[in-house]
Amino acid sequence: MPLDPSFTGRTYPPTAPYEVGREKIREFAAAIGDANPAYTDAEAAKSLGHPDVIAPPTFPFMLSFQAAAQVVNDPELGLDYSRVVHGDQKFVYSRPARAGDRLSVTISIDAIKSLAGNDVLTVRGEVHDASGEHVVTSIMTLVARAADEAGKE
Amino acid sequence: MAVRFDEVQVGTELPARSFPVTRATLVQYAGASGDFNPIHWNEKFAVEVGLPDVIAHGMFTMAEAARVVTDWVGDPAAVVEYGVRFTKPVIVPNDGVGAVIEVSGKVAALLDDNRVRVDLVATSEGQKVLGMARAVVRLG
Repeated sequence: MPLDPSFTGRTYPPTAPYEVGREKIREFAAAIGDANPAYTDAEAAKSLGHPDVIAPPTFPFMLSFQAAAQVVNDPELGLDYSRVVHGDQKFVYSRPARAGDRLSVTISIDAIKSLAGNDVLTVRGEVHDASGEHVVTSIMTLVARAADEAGKE
Repeated sequence: MAVRFDEVQVGTELPARSFPVTRATLVQYAGASGDFNPIHWNEKFAVEVGLPDVIAHGMFTMAEAARVVTDWVGDPAAVVEYGVRFTKPVIVPNDGVGAVIEVSGKVAALLDDNRVRVDLVATSEGQKVLGMARAVVRLG
């Protein structure tokens, strides 16, 4: 059954703050094999004008994806997550996430479209720090492939 | 060391990079990112859902492609926008060798406020794995 397009515009409550830790950034940078010292060396980060180590550009996806569980698990929307693939991802930054940040994500459904039997869901996460300043917007497109045996549902 | 706006023009190429990815890489990324979807480490599961083999996390590929930009500019904070489309999976065989993600980039447009748009091309086994891979970067 296609998703109900009237969910477009729905906004979910902000998530509990996620505290960005230096060691989590280090672990993430190591996992992507990135030796940029701005991620691991506070002095190197400070020499670039940052108050502490910063996180790689794709780091905030972890937060926005976790927060998007509110959409994925919304019983009223009824998304079948076993058929979902990540179609597009975009970030728009005010600044990099950095160690010590307490980040909260507000998720909205920007669009629900049906393309060739697939449901295409655009989910936006606005990431703010503890003072309410914008850090990054994460926009992900989730594609729910049409059920293999249409009409069985 | 930082790249200056007046040093670049449309067509300026960024240093291209090759990023190897093995099953161990994917397990490490799964742990660091919290994305434990079995299609990224369990080939029995991957095949059952119609994939040819285990595939890399799309966000891992996106992270590797970004390194061509951040290594070029030095300060990762110069990246003000970054977006990709996941067009084809990076297939990672369990042969001890794995796959390679090849990433190149060039300046595609000069924008206002010392910003440029960089267009990236990411391939694995000759297949484009990212589409519309673009970053907007603020230069000095």
